[in-house]
Amino acid sequence: MGQNLELNHDHFQKEVTESTLPVIVDFWASWCGPCRMMGPVIEEVARDYAGKAKVFKVNTENNAQLAGEYGVISIPTLIYFKNGKPVDQIIGAVPKSVITKKLDALLS
Amino acid sequence: MAKEVDVLILGGGPAGLTAGIYASRARLNTGLIENVVPGGQVAKTELIENYPGFDEGILGADLMERMLKQATRFGLQIHSEQVTGLDWKGAVKKIETDQDTYLAKAVIVATGSDSKQLNVPGEKEFKGNGVSTCATCDGPTSANMDVVVVGGGSSGVQESLFLTRFVRSIKLVEFMDRMNAEKILQDKARANPKFSFFLGHEVLSINGDSKIRSVTVRDRKTGEKKDLGAERVFVWIGMVPNTGFLKGHVRLSPAGYIITDEDLRTSVSGVFAAGDVREKGIRQISTAVGDGTIAAQSALHYIESFS
Ligand SMILES: Cc1cc2nc3c(=O)[nH]c(=O)nc-3n(C[C@H](O)[C@H](O)[C@H](O)COP(=O)(O)OP(=O)(O)OC[C@H]3O[C@@H](n4cnc5c(N)ncnc54)[C@H](O)[C@@H]3O)c2cc1C
Repeated sequence: MGQNLELNHDHFQKEVTESTLPVIVDFWASWCGPCRMMGPVIEEVARDYAGKAKVFKVNTENNAQLAGEYGVISIPTLIYFKNGKPVDQIIGAVPKSVITKKLDALLS
Repeated sequence: MAKEVDVLILGGGPAGLTAGIYASRARLNTGLIENVVPGGQVAKTELIENYPGFDEGILGADLMERMLKQATRFGLQIHSEQVTGLDWKGAVKKIETDQDTYLAKAVIVATGSDSKQLNVPGEKEFKGNGVSTCATCDGPTSANMDVVVVGGGSSGVQESLFLTRFVRSIKLVEFMDRMNAEKILQDKARANPKFSFFLGHEVLSINGDSKIRSVTVRDRKTGEKKDLGAERVFVWIGMVPNTGFLKGHVRLSPAGYIITDEDLRTSVSGVFAAGDVREKGIRQISTAVGDGTIAAQSALHYIESFS
Protein backbone atom coordinates (compact mmCIF):
# COMPACT_ATOMS: atom_id res chain seq x y z
CA MET A 1 0.00 0.00 0.00
CA GLY A 2 0.99 3.58 0.03
CA GLN A 3 1.76 4.90 -3.39
CA ASN A 4 -0.81 7.41 -4.47
CA LEU A 5 -1.57 6.73 -8.08
CA GLU A 6 -4.93 8.51 -8.04
CA LEU A 7 -5.51 10.94 -10.83
CA ASN A 8 -8.49 13.16 -11.49
CA HIS A 9 -9.85 15.18 -14.33
CA ASP A 10 -7.78 18.29 -13.53
CA HIS A 11 -4.43 16.58 -14.02
CA PHE A 12 -5.35 14.07 -16.68
CA GLN A 13 -4.17 16.16 -19.60
CA LYS A 14 -0.79 17.01 -18.12
CA GLU A 15 -0.07 13.51 -16.79
CA VAL A 16 -1.55 11.37 -19.54
CA THR A 17 -2.28 13.07 -22.82
CA GLU A 18 0.90 15.19 -22.67
CA SER A 19 3.14 12.45 -21.29
CA THR A 20 6.22 11.43 -23.23
CA LEU A 21 6.34 8.08 -21.44
CA PRO A 22 3.73 5.37 -22.06
CA VAL A 23 0.93 5.52 -19.50
CA ILE A 24 -1.48 2.95 -18.10
CA VAL A 25 -4.70 4.31 -16.64
CA ASP A 26 -6.72 1.98 -14.42
CA PHE A 27 -10.39 2.96 -14.32
CA TRP A 28 -11.86 1.58 -11.10
CA ALA A 29 -14.35 2.14 -8.24
CA SER A 30 -14.21 1.39 -4.55
CA TRP A 31 -17.17 -1.02 -4.47
CA CYS A 32 -15.92 -2.98 -7.48
CA GLY A 33 -14.30 -6.08 -6.01
CA PRO A 34 -12.28 -7.15 -9.03
CA CYS A 35 -10.95 -3.55 -9.24
CA ARG A 36 -9.96 -3.58 -5.58
CA MET A 37 -8.25 -6.95 -5.86
CA MET A 38 -6.29 -5.57 -8.83
CA GLY A 39 -5.07 -2.59 -6.75
CA PRO A 40 -1.91 -4.20 -5.37
CA VAL A 41 -1.06 -5.57 -8.82
CA ILE A 42 -1.35 -2.10 -10.36
CA GLU A 43 0.90 -0.68 -7.63
CA GLU A 44 3.48 -3.39 -8.33
CA VAL A 45 3.50 -2.56 -12.03
CA ALA A 46 3.96 1.13 -11.17
CA ARG A 47 6.97 0.27 -8.99
CA ASP A 48 8.52 -2.17 -11.47
CA TYR A 49 8.29 0.30 -14.37
CA ALA A 50 9.18 3.51 -12.50
CA GLY A 51 11.05 5.79 -14.89
CA LYS A 52 9.97 3.77 -17.95
CA ALA A 53 6.21 4.12 -17.86
CA LYS A 54 3.61 5.87 -15.73
CA VAL A 55 0.67 4.22 -14.03
CA PHE A 56 -2.41 6.02 -12.73
CA LYS A 57 -5.76 5.13 -11.24
CA VAL A 58 -8.93 7.04 -12.08
CA ASN A 59 -11.84 6.55 -9.72
CA THR A 60 -14.91 6.44 -11.92
CA GLU A 61 -17.18 7.46 -9.03
CA ASN A 62 -15.66 10.95 -9.04
CA ASN A 63 -14.65 11.08 -12.69
CA ALA A 64 -17.62 9.72 -14.58
CA GLN A 65 -16.96 12.17 -17.38
CA LEU A 66 -13.44 10.90 -18.04
CA ALA A 67 -14.69 7.33 -18.02
CA GLY A 68 -17.37 8.32 -20.50
CA GLU A 69 -14.89 10.11 -22.74
CA TYR A 70 -12.80 6.97 -23.06
CA GLY A 71 -15.78 4.70 -23.51
CA VAL A 72 -15.32 2.78 -20.28
CA ILE A 73 -18.28 0.40 -19.95
CA SER A 74 -16.96 -2.21 -17.58
CA ILE A 75 -14.49 -1.79 -14.73
CA PRO A 76 -11.72 -2.50 -14.17
CA THR A 77 -10.60 -1.21 -17.58
CA LEU A 78 -6.93 -0.51 -18.18
CA ILE A 79 -6.20 1.86 -21.03
CA TYR A 80 -2.68 2.12 -22.44
CA PHE A 81 -1.63 5.51 -23.80
CA LYS A 82 1.30 6.21 -26.09
CA ASN A 83 2.05 9.77 -27.21
CA GLY A 84 -1.17 10.81 -25.52
CA LYS A 85 -3.39 8.46 -27.50
CA PRO A 86 -5.14 5.32 -26.30
CA VAL A 87 -3.50 2.42 -28.12
CA ASP A 88 -4.53 -0.68 -26.20
CA GLN A 89 -6.84 -1.78 -23.40
CA ILE A 90 -7.69 -4.61 -21.05
CA ILE A 91 -11.22 -5.12 -19.74
CA GLY A 92 -11.69 -7.08 -16.52
CA ALA A 93 -9.33 -8.40 -13.88
CA VAL A 94 -6.19 -10.11 -15.20
CA PRO A 95 -2.93 -11.36 -13.71
CA LYS A 96 0.11 -9.09 -13.66
CA SER A 97 1.87 -10.93 -16.49
CA VAL A 98 -0.92 -9.97 -18.91
CA ILE A 99 -0.54 -6.28 -18.01
CA THR A 100 3.25 -6.23 -18.29
CA LYS A 101 3.29 -8.15 -21.57
CA LYS A 102 1.27 -5.43 -23.27
CA LEU A 103 3.37 -2.73 -21.63
CA ASP A 104 6.60 -4.38 -22.76
CA ALA A 105 5.24 -4.45 -26.29
CA LEU A 106 4.66 -0.68 -26.09
CA LEU A 107 8.14 -0.06 -24.72
CA SER A 108 10.05 -2.06 -27.31
CA MET B 1 14.37 -25.28 -10.47
CA ALA B 2 11.13 -26.71 -9.24
CA LYS B 3 9.63 -25.13 -6.12
CA GLU B 4 9.03 -27.64 -3.33
CA VAL B 5 6.13 -26.96 -0.97
CA ASP B 6 4.17 -28.88 1.63
CA VAL B 7 0.77 -27.78 0.40
CA LEU B 8 -0.18 -26.23 -2.90
CA ILE B 9 -3.63 -24.62 -3.11
CA LEU B 10 -5.26 -23.94 -6.46
CA GLY B 11 -7.67 -20.97 -6.40
CA GLY B 12 -7.78 -17.83 -4.24
CA GLY B 13 -11.47 -17.48 -3.33
CA PRO B 14 -12.81 -17.92 0.21
CA ALA B 15 -12.18 -21.68 0.21
CA GLY B 16 -8.58 -21.42 -1.01
CA LEU B 17 -7.67 -18.48 1.22
CA THR B 18 -9.14 -20.18 4.29
CA ALA B 19 -7.17 -23.34 3.52
CA GLY B 20 -4.16 -21.03 3.18
CA ILE B 21 -4.76 -19.45 6.58
CA TYR B 22 -4.98 -22.83 8.32
CA ALA B 23 -2.10 -24.48 6.47
CA SER B 24 0.37 -21.62 6.79
CA ARG B 25 -0.59 -20.99 10.38
CA ALA B 26 0.18 -24.66 11.02
CA ARG B 27 3.69 -23.84 9.75
CA LEU B 28 3.31 -25.81 6.57
CA ASN B 29 5.20 -24.31 3.65
CA THR B 30 2.16 -23.32 1.59
CA GLY B 31 1.72 -21.84 -1.87
CA LEU B 32 -1.44 -20.70 -3.64
CA ILE B 33 -1.86 -20.43 -7.38
CA GLU B 34 -4.54 -18.06 -8.62
CA ASN B 35 -5.07 -17.66 -12.33
CA VAL B 36 -6.53 -14.13 -12.17
CA VAL B 37 -6.40 -12.20 -8.88
CA PRO B 38 -7.47 -13.50 -5.46
CA GLY B 39 -11.02 -12.79 -4.37
CA GLY B 40 -13.14 -15.25 -6.29
CA GLN B 41 -16.85 -14.81 -6.90
CA VAL B 42 -17.38 -12.93 -3.65
CA ALA B 43 -15.34 -9.97 -4.79
CA LYS B 44 -17.84 -9.41 -7.59
CA THR B 45 -20.83 -8.95 -5.32
CA GLU B 46 -21.54 -5.77 -3.41
CA LEU B 47 -22.96 -6.38 0.03
CA ILE B 48 -22.77 -9.73 1.83
CA GLU B 49 -25.53 -9.89 4.43
CA ASN B 50 -25.42 -13.53 5.47
CA TYR B 51 -21.79 -14.08 6.42
CA PRO B 52 -21.72 -14.26 10.22
CA GLY B 53 -19.72 -11.75 12.21
CA PHE B 54 -20.67 -8.73 10.13
CA ASP B 55 -23.91 -7.59 11.68
CA GLU B 56 -24.42 -4.77 9.20
CA GLY B 57 -23.13 -6.69 6.21
CA ILE B 58 -19.76 -6.33 4.55
CA LEU B 59 -18.74 -5.42 1.02
CA GLY B 60 -17.55 -8.45 -0.92
CA ALA B 61 -14.37 -6.55 -1.79
CA ASP B 62 -13.69 -5.71 1.87
CA LEU B 63 -14.24 -9.27 3.01
CA MET B 64 -11.88 -10.70 0.43
CA GLU B 65 -9.22 -8.05 1.03
CA ARG B 66 -9.27 -9.03 4.68
CA MET B 67 -9.10 -12.76 4.00
CA LEU B 68 -6.16 -12.15 1.70
CA LYS B 69 -4.30 -10.06 4.29
CA GLN B 70 -5.01 -12.63 6.96
CA ALA B 71 -3.64 -15.44 4.80
CA THR B 72 -0.47 -13.64 3.77
CA ARG B 73 0.17 -12.59 7.39
CA PHE B 74 0.83 -16.23 8.21
CA GLY B 75 3.19 -16.63 5.29
CA LEU B 76 1.00 -17.91 2.47
CA GLN B 77 2.80 -17.37 -0.85
CA ILE B 78 0.47 -16.29 -3.65
CA HIS B 79 1.42 -16.78 -7.29
CA SER B 80 -0.64 -15.34 -10.15
CA GLU B 81 0.01 -18.06 -12.70
CA GLN B 82 -1.78 -20.36 -15.12
CA VAL B 83 -1.75 -24.09 -14.50
CA THR B 84 -0.50 -25.76 -17.66
CA GLY B 85 0.10 -29.35 -16.60
CA LEU B 86 -0.44 -31.86 -13.81
CA ASP B 87 1.20 -35.12 -12.79
CA TRP B 88 -0.53 -36.54 -9.75
CA LYS B 89 0.39 -40.20 -10.16
CA GLY B 90 3.27 -40.33 -7.69
CA ALA B 91 3.46 -39.51 -3.99
CA VAL B 92 4.83 -36.07 -4.84
CA LYS B 93 2.29 -34.05 -6.81
CA LYS B 94 3.67 -32.08 -9.74
CA ILE B 95 1.96 -28.93 -10.97
CA GLU B 96 3.32 -26.97 -13.89
CA THR B 97 2.40 -23.36 -14.57
CA ASP B 98 3.29 -20.87 -17.26
CA GLN B 99 6.11 -19.66 -14.99
CA ASP B 100 7.23 -22.49 -12.68
CA THR B 101 7.05 -26.11 -11.65
CA TYR B 102 5.78 -27.00 -8.20
CA LEU B 103 6.32 -30.23 -6.26
CA ALA B 104 3.83 -30.57 -3.43
CA LYS B 105 3.23 -33.15 -0.73
CA ALA B 106 -0.48 -32.32 -0.82
CA VAL B 107 -2.76 -30.33 -3.13
CA ILE B 108 -6.03 -28.55 -2.31
CA VAL B 109 -8.21 -27.71 -5.29
CA ALA B 110 -10.40 -24.66 -4.64
CA THR B 111 -10.93 -23.29 -8.12
CA GLY B 112 -14.64 -22.55 -7.59
CA SER B 113 -16.94 -21.93 -10.48
CA ASP B 114 -17.65 -19.33 -13.14
CA SER B 115 -20.88 -17.88 -14.44
CA LYS B 116 -22.73 -20.03 -16.92
CA GLN B 117 -23.31 -18.53 -20.34
CA LEU B 118 -26.60 -18.25 -22.18
CA ASN B 119 -25.13 -19.38 -25.48
CA VAL B 120 -27.35 -17.18 -27.60
CA PRO B 121 -26.40 -14.99 -30.58
CA GLY B 122 -25.00 -11.64 -29.46
CA GLU B 123 -23.71 -12.81 -26.10
CA LYS B 124 -20.08 -13.26 -27.19
CA GLU B 125 -20.13 -10.21 -29.44
CA PHE B 126 -21.22 -7.90 -26.63
CA LYS B 127 -19.12 -9.45 -23.86
CA GLY B 128 -17.31 -6.57 -22.10
CA ASN B 129 -19.43 -4.19 -24.14
CA GLY B 130 -22.74 -4.51 -22.37
CA VAL B 131 -23.11 -8.20 -21.50
CA SER B 132 -21.97 -8.76 -17.95
CA THR B 133 -21.94 -11.16 -15.01
CA CYS B 134 -20.58 -8.59 -12.53
CA ALA B 135 -22.93 -5.93 -11.16
CA THR B 136 -20.24 -4.03 -9.28
CA CYS B 137 -18.14 -3.87 -12.47
CA ASP B 138 -20.84 -2.78 -14.89
CA GLY B 139 -23.57 -1.31 -12.68
CA PRO B 140 -22.06 2.12 -12.07
CA THR B 141 -21.60 2.75 -15.80
CA SER B 142 -25.23 1.75 -16.45
CA ALA B 143 -26.66 4.92 -14.95
CA ASN B 144 -30.21 5.67 -16.16
CA MET B 145 -30.23 2.76 -18.57
CA ASP B 146 -32.86 0.11 -19.19
CA VAL B 147 -31.33 -3.28 -18.51
CA VAL B 148 -32.32 -6.90 -18.83
CA VAL B 149 -31.34 -9.34 -16.09
CA VAL B 150 -31.47 -13.02 -16.91
CA GLY B 151 -32.00 -15.34 -13.95
CA GLY B 152 -34.40 -15.21 -11.01
CA GLY B 153 -32.27 -17.14 -8.52
CA SER B 154 -30.84 -15.55 -5.39
CA SER B 155 -27.76 -14.25 -7.21
CA GLY B 156 -29.78 -12.68 -10.00
CA VAL B 157 -32.27 -10.97 -7.71
CA GLN B 158 -29.67 -9.86 -5.17
CA GLU B 159 -27.45 -8.35 -7.85
CA SER B 160 -30.49 -6.74 -9.53
CA LEU B 161 -31.37 -5.01 -6.28
CA PHE B 162 -27.88 -3.50 -6.26
CA LEU B 163 -28.35 -2.40 -9.87
CA THR B 164 -31.52 -0.47 -9.00
CA ARG B 165 -29.28 2.23 -7.54
CA PHE B 166 -28.06 3.10 -11.00
CA VAL B 167 -30.37 1.87 -13.72
CA ARG B 168 -33.73 3.22 -14.87
CA SER B 169 -35.50 -0.11 -15.22
CA ILE B 170 -34.87 -3.84 -14.88
CA LYS B 171 -36.65 -6.45 -16.94
CA LEU B 172 -36.02 -9.69 -15.15
CA VAL B 173 -36.26 -12.72 -17.41
CA GLU B 174 -36.61 -16.15 -15.84
CA PHE B 175 -36.85 -19.43 -17.74
CA MET B 176 -39.03 -21.14 -15.14
CA ASP B 177 -42.57 -20.11 -14.23
CA ARG B 178 -41.42 -18.83 -10.88
CA MET B 179 -38.33 -17.32 -9.34
CA ASN B 180 -36.11 -19.42 -7.15
CA ALA B 181 -34.58 -16.60 -5.13
CA GLU B 182 -34.82 -16.43 -1.35
CA LYS B 183 -38.17 -14.97 -0.33
CA ILE B 184 -36.67 -11.91 1.37
CA LEU B 185 -35.03 -10.97 -1.94
CA GLN B 186 -38.14 -11.61 -4.03
CA ASP B 187 -40.22 -9.44 -1.72
CA LYS B 188 -37.75 -6.57 -2.05
CA ALA B 189 -37.74 -6.86 -5.83
CA ARG B 190 -41.54 -7.03 -6.14
CA ALA B 191 -41.84 -3.91 -4.01
CA ASN B 192 -39.45 -1.98 -6.23
CA PRO B 193 -41.13 -0.10 -9.11
CA LYS B 194 -38.04 -0.37 -11.31
CA PHE B 195 -38.69 -4.11 -11.84
CA SER B 196 -40.87 -5.86 -14.36
CA PHE B 197 -40.90 -9.65 -14.57
CA PHE B 198 -40.90 -11.99 -17.52
CA LEU B 199 -41.34 -15.41 -15.95
CA GLY B 200 -41.50 -18.49 -18.12
CA HIS B 201 -39.54 -16.68 -20.84
CA GLU B 202 -36.36 -17.75 -22.56
CA VAL B 203 -33.76 -15.51 -24.15
CA LEU B 204 -33.29 -16.04 -27.89
CA SER B 205 -30.79 -13.34 -28.81
CA ILE B 206 -29.08 -10.12 -27.79
CA ASN B 207 -29.34 -7.53 -30.53
CA GLY B 208 -27.65 -4.27 -31.40
CA ASP B 209 -25.05 -2.52 -33.51
CA SER B 210 -22.10 -0.78 -31.83
CA LYS B 211 -24.02 -1.29 -28.59
CA ILE B 212 -26.88 -3.41 -27.31
CA ARG B 213 -30.37 -2.27 -28.31
CA SER B 214 -32.66 -5.12 -27.33
CA VAL B 215 -33.08 -8.68 -26.14
CA THR B 216 -35.43 -11.07 -27.90
CA VAL B 217 -37.33 -13.40 -25.58
CA ARG B 218 -40.00 -16.05 -26.13
CA ASP B 219 -42.90 -16.88 -23.86
CA ARG B 220 -42.43 -20.61 -23.31
CA LYS B 221 -46.19 -21.28 -23.02
CA THR B 222 -47.62 -19.25 -25.88
CA GLY B 223 -44.50 -19.14 -28.08
CA GLU B 224 -44.97 -15.40 -28.47
CA LYS B 225 -41.74 -13.48 -29.15
CA LYS B 226 -41.01 -10.03 -27.73
CA ASP B 227 -38.18 -7.54 -28.10
CA LEU B 228 -37.23 -6.00 -24.77
CA GLY B 229 -35.42 -2.70 -25.11
CA ALA B 230 -32.13 -2.71 -23.18
CA GLU B 231 -28.66 -1.25 -23.28
CA ARG B 232 -27.12 -3.71 -20.84
CA VAL B 233 -27.69 -7.40 -20.16
CA PHE B 234 -26.69 -9.07 -16.90
CA VAL B 235 -26.64 -12.86 -16.81
CA TRP B 236 -26.94 -14.89 -13.58
CA ILE B 237 -28.19 -18.31 -14.62
CA GLY B 238 -25.97 -20.48 -12.47
CA MET B 239 -22.41 -21.59 -12.42
CA VAL B 240 -20.08 -24.11 -14.06
CA PRO B 241 -17.22 -25.63 -12.07
CA ASN B 242 -13.66 -24.68 -13.02
CA THR B 243 -12.50 -28.26 -13.47
CA GLY B 244 -11.74 -28.49 -17.18
CA PHE B 245 -8.03 -28.82 -16.42
CA LEU B 246 -8.70 -31.72 -14.02
CA LYS B 247 -10.36 -34.11 -16.48
CA GLY B 248 -8.61 -37.46 -16.34
CA HIS B 249 -6.71 -36.48 -13.18
CA VAL B 250 -9.40 -36.73 -10.51
CA ARG B 251 -12.93 -38.14 -10.31
CA LEU B 252 -15.65 -35.67 -11.32
CA SER B 253 -19.44 -35.82 -11.19
CA PRO B 254 -21.37 -35.81 -14.50
CA ALA B 255 -21.80 -32.04 -14.09
CA GLY B 256 -18.05 -31.65 -13.61
CA TYR B 257 -17.83 -31.13 -9.84
CA ILE B 258 -15.07 -32.88 -7.86
CA ILE B 259 -16.27 -35.82 -5.81
CA THR B 260 -15.00 -35.90 -2.23
CA ASP B 261 -15.58 -37.76 1.00
CA GLU B 262 -16.40 -36.15 4.33
CA ASP B 263 -12.74 -35.23 4.94
CA LEU B 264 -12.66 -33.66 1.48
CA ARG B 265 -10.34 -36.31 0.04
CA THR B 266 -10.68 -36.79 -3.70
CA SER B 267 -10.14 -39.95 -5.71
CA VAL B 268 -6.39 -39.17 -5.72
CA SER B 269 -4.56 -39.70 -2.44
CA GLY B 270 -2.95 -36.42 -1.33
CA VAL B 271 -5.35 -34.29 -3.37
CA PHE B 272 -8.21 -32.55 -1.56
CA ALA B 273 -11.01 -30.27 -2.77
CA ALA B 274 -12.80 -27.37 -1.08
CA GLY B 275 -15.56 -24.89 -1.85
CA ASP B 276 -17.89 -24.48 -4.80
CA VAL B 277 -15.76 -26.71 -7.01
CA ARG B 278 -16.83 -29.87 -5.21
CA GLU B 279 -20.05 -31.82 -5.45
CA LYS B 280 -22.26 -30.64 -2.58
CA GLY B 281 -25.62 -29.13 -1.74
CA ILE B 282 -25.07 -25.58 -0.53
CA ARG B 283 -22.59 -23.22 -2.15
CA GLN B 284 -22.09 -20.17 0.03
CA ILE B 285 -19.16 -18.26 1.49
CA SER B 286 -19.72 -19.85 4.90
CA THR B 287 -19.65 -23.37 3.46
CA ALA B 288 -16.61 -22.56 1.31
CA VAL B 289 -14.80 -21.31 4.39
CA GLY B 290 -15.80 -24.47 6.29
CA ASP B 291 -14.48 -26.59 3.44
CA GLY B 292 -11.18 -24.69 3.38
CA THR B 293 -10.72 -25.45 7.06
CA ILE B 294 -11.45 -29.15 6.68
CA ALA B 295 -9.28 -29.56 3.59
CA ALA B 296 -6.30 -27.91 5.27
CA GLN B 297 -6.66 -30.15 8.34
CA SER B 298 -6.98 -33.23 6.17
CA ALA B 299 -3.89 -32.21 4.19
CA LEU B 300 -1.98 -31.68 7.44
CA HIS B 301 -2.94 -35.14 8.73
CA TYR B 302 -2.05 -36.68 5.39
CA ILE B 303 1.42 -35.07 5.40
CA GLU B 304 2.02 -36.02 9.03
CA SER B 305 1.19 -39.65 8.30
CA PHE B 306 4.40 -39.81 6.20
CA SER B 307 6.85 -38.05 8.43
C1 LIG C 1 -23.51 -13.02 -7.97
C2 LIG C 1 -23.21 -13.87 -6.77
C3 LIG C 1 -23.62 -13.43 -5.51
C4 LIG C 1 -23.33 -14.21 -4.37
N1 LIG C 1 -23.74 -13.75 -3.14
C5 LIG C 1 -23.45 -14.49 -2.03
C6 LIG C 1 -23.84 -14.04 -0.73
O1 LIG C 1 -24.46 -12.98 -0.56
N2 LIG C 1 -23.51 -14.82 0.35
C7 LIG C 1 -22.83 -16.01 0.22
O2 LIG C 1 -22.52 -16.65 1.24
N3 LIG C 1 -22.44 -16.46 -0.99
C8 LIG C 1 -22.74 -15.74 -2.13
N4 LIG C 1 -22.38 -16.21 -3.36
C9 LIG C 1 -21.69 -17.51 -3.45
C10 LIG C 1 -20.20 -17.38 -3.09
O3 LIG C 1 -19.65 -16.35 -3.87
C11 LIG C 1 -19.46 -18.68 -3.35
O4 LIG C 1 -20.08 -19.73 -2.66
C12 LIG C 1 -18.00 -18.60 -2.93
O5 LIG C 1 -17.34 -17.55 -3.59
C13 LIG C 1 -17.26 -19.91 -3.20
O6 LIG C 1 -15.92 -19.78 -2.88
P1 LIG C 1 -14.79 -20.67 -3.55
O7 LIG C 1 -13.52 -20.25 -2.92
O8 LIG C 1 -15.17 -22.10 -3.47
O9 LIG C 1 -14.83 -20.33 -5.11
P2 LIG C 1 -14.67 -18.94 -5.92
O10 LIG C 1 -15.17 -17.80 -5.13
O11 LIG C 1 -15.29 -19.21 -7.25
O12 LIG C 1 -13.09 -18.78 -6.10
C14 LIG C 1 -12.34 -19.59 -6.95
C15 LIG C 1 -11.04 -18.90 -7.32
O13 LIG C 1 -10.24 -19.81 -8.08
C16 LIG C 1 -9.69 -19.16 -9.21
N5 LIG C 1 -9.45 -20.15 -10.27
C17 LIG C 1 -10.34 -20.68 -11.15
N6 LIG C 1 -9.74 -21.57 -11.96
C18 LIG C 1 -8.45 -21.62 -11.60
C19 LIG C 1 -7.31 -22.36 -12.05
N7 LIG C 1 -7.39 -23.25 -13.06
N8 LIG C 1 -6.11 -22.17 -11.44
C20 LIG C 1 -6.01 -21.28 -10.43
N9 LIG C 1 -7.04 -20.55 -9.94
C21 LIG C 1 -8.25 -20.72 -10.52
C22 LIG C 1 -10.72 -18.11 -9.56
O14 LIG C 1 -10.14 -17.04 -10.30
C23 LIG C 1 -11.22 -17.66 -8.19
O15 LIG C 1 -10.45 -16.60 -7.66
C24 LIG C 1 -22.64 -15.45 -4.51
C25 LIG C 1 -22.23 -15.87 -5.78
C26 LIG C 1 -22.51 -15.10 -6.90
C27 LIG C 1 -22.06 -15.59 -8.25
